[in-house]
Amino acid sequence: MFKILHAEFIAPGIKRFVIEAPRIARKQKPGQFVILRIYEAGERIPITIEKSDPERGTINIVVQSVGKTTHLLNSLEKGDSIRDVVGPLGKPSEIEKFGTVVVMGGGVGTAMAYPTAAALKRAGNRVISIVGARSKDLVILEREMRDVSDELLVTTDDGTYADKGFVTDKLRQLIDKGTRIDLVLAVGPIPMMRAVADMTRKENIRTIVSLNPIMIDGTGMCGGCRVLIDGKSQFACVDGPEFEAHRIDFAVLVQRNAMYRLAEQKSMEDFQRERESLLEKVHAEEEAECALQGGGK
Amino acid sequence: MSSTATKSLNPLTLKERMKVPRQAMLEQPPLLRAANFKEVNLGYSEELARQEALRCLECAKPTCIDTCPVGVKVKEFVQLIVAGDFMGAAAKIREDNVLPAITGRVCPQEDHCEGGCLMGKKVHPLGIGYLERFAADYEQRHMDLSQIRKAERTGKKVAIVGSGPSGLTAAGDLVQKGHKVRVFEALHELGGVLVYGIPEFRLPKQIIREQIDYMRAMGVEFETNVVVGKTVTINELMEEEGYDAVFIGTGAGAPQFMGIPGEHLNGVYSANEFLTRINLMHAYEFPNYDEPMLDFRGKDVAVIGGGNTALDAIRSALRLGAGKAYVLYRRSEAEMPARIEEVKHAKQEGIEFHMLTAPIEFLPDGNGWLSAARCIHMQLGEPDASGRRRPVPMGGSEFDVTLSVAVIAIGTNANPLIQTTTPGLATNKRNYIEADLETQRTSRKGVFAGGDIVTGSATVILAMGAGRRAAKSIHEYLTTGVW
Repeated sequence: MFKILHAEFIAPGIKRFVIEAPRIARKQKPGQFVILRIYEAGERIPITIEKSDPERGTINIVVQSVGKTTHLLNSLEKGDSIRDVVGPLGKPSEIEKFGTVVVMGGGVGTAMAYPTAAALKRAGNRVISIVGARSKDLVILEREMRDVSDELLVTTDDGTYADKGFVTDKLRQLIDKGTRIDLVLAVGPIPMMRAVADMTRKENIRTIVSLNPIMIDGTGMCGGCRVLIDGKSQFACVDGPEFEAHRIDFAVLVQRNAMYRLAEQKSMEDFQRERESLLEKVHAEEEAECALQGGGK
Repeated sequence: MSSTATKSLNPLTLKERMKVPRQAMLEQPPLLRAANFKEVNLGYSEELARQEALRCLECAKPTCIDTCPVGVKVKEFVQLIVAGDFMGAAAKIREDNVLPAITGRVCPQEDHCEGGCLMGKKVHPLGIGYLERFAADYEQRHMDLSQIRKAERTGKKVAIVGSGPSGLTAAGDLVQKGHKVRVFEALHELGGVLVYGIPEFRLPKQIIREQIDYMRAMGVEFETNVVVGKTVTINELMEEEGYDAVFIGTGAGAPQFMGIPGEHLNGVYSANEFLTRINLMHAYEFPNYDEPMLDFRGKDVAVIGGGNTALDAIRSALRLGAGKAYVLYRRSEAEMPARIEEVKHAKQEGIEFHMLTAPIEFLPDGNGWLSAARCIHMQLGEPDASGRRRPVPMGGSEFDVTLSVAVIAIGTNANPLIQTTTPGLATNKRNYIEADLETQRTSRKGVFAGGDIVTGSATVILAMGAGRRAAKSIHEYLTTGVW
């Protein structure tokens, strides 16, 4: 079991956890993720690591409530435990001195873009970050992103904070101003990453995005996370999660992510009805594990 | 345990033994079991087991032992069953096989012990697999884990990578030699392919758990959620965590796809994913378990392939309510690598077998979902490298099979996670780890490997054989220090 040392909502429906996971903390590099399973009957879901502290043996993850598992996860508090956390998985981000890099984070994607932005900055790049969210209260990690960026641009879809519009509008402005851009890294919802890819393809700007398809094992064993790259199957868990955006078949990605929509809807309805009893289950498993450990085998 | 090896307790003459029919295994009726995930085979009663054991001819040179990859002393354990000493029989098996309840269920006995049984030349071979299962299950019901004797510690530490059949076997053998053994598993549950690959109706999870509890009682330590190559490397295990030797038994692991159009359609699965969802993640128990599965009820499903994995997948689909359930195999039934008993069971359950048939394209329904497989008929040509006759497509024989789900079970490739993170570890052209077939030594000092990651897809018992050979040579290496 993996103990939650700290848990706080950083925006409505978005929670940051600090989890005790010494092995993962020691090895984590920007761009990598973990797969976790909350309790015995839980599914395995991939979550990007925001950052880690090898000395304390902890990792941070930022989770947005979307379906049953993320809602249940975001119902957990400091002192609770997550049954399984495995990682760090996937290839680390490519970090070198590219020149000027535009790092784009859409919604909770900002938490995934952040460690890479920081590493790119440390590698000597000029980092221009663009952070976007639906509205003011969903803008996350603004201060952290500012700290690792030479320039930070913020947008909200509804204009309740900073500039009204999409992150792609800001990218457009940068391009139109004649800003020299050597690389774009975009992490966020698929429509956003797709729009970025469409824009930079025309401009011939190398673009990398981080994909989050449905996964089970995360070690290249099941092939469920396969994505079409230049018409060929690659596995996001081991060949990714980052890919050259211009080579991705986004239509297939969208289609495959919708595979279990009906089941996911049912799970979500169940969650709303059974939230309390599910939490009891999680806590009962924690106690059983505690007793086992305390029993001093 | 006292051995009765020298004097036969069998009251029957050899002639009489030949006349006793092979005792049938009790099993769930086909129509009933096709709708549940409970075990198909129900086991022998004590009476049936003794009756079957009486058939053993007690050969002076028993070929059933030579054909067993781990060398189970078949004659001796069968004699102990005849004598009614069932615990003794189980202990006798355990001298060579640390997972008897598992091999008793999933071994292709026809290729090993029963294939070597002399009686099989005249009548049906002795039911060695059934007897092994009986002894193992009897032991499970009657044993006391606290009575298991732990070997005296040697002070040497061995890391086992992967908790599948080869790793568990190596771990079990090494811990009995007194070495400190820790098994690292990438998934959250122990057992490797036994857990994610083989369905409940053939190998109940409870059986695997019991076998692992037994190993824990012997002193084996387990750590789940460790992907060696990612979470920790082989070098780190040896240099920082102080392991004197490492055994790599990670399995083949990476799914093979066919490389035909439409493989990315929704509804097309690798067998690894399909079975992992069902077995490891309990998707068949959705919504009591969270992992989702498509709704199969009334839908037509096909598996492509002819091995045990293919049959496990299609029989699982049937149990999830599939309408039509097909096996599409490019060769003929004679070449199918599946266990004979599984083919028989699958047919009884209503699976349709279409031999000499191969898909050449998966057709979409217009919304990104599979609607059919375009197939082609094959005929058998000259033998290929595997010695089996090569299937050759028959031009102009294309036809479509309406399908909602297709499961590709045509084998696996080497998962490169360890090879790419272990400097100096030699691999072959197909990226499997190079290991000596006698000692299981790799090109790296102190590192051994065995099972599918060395040989490519094989069987549970062949992996166990490799684990056993590795344990022997690891013990030698740790004792002598000679590489």
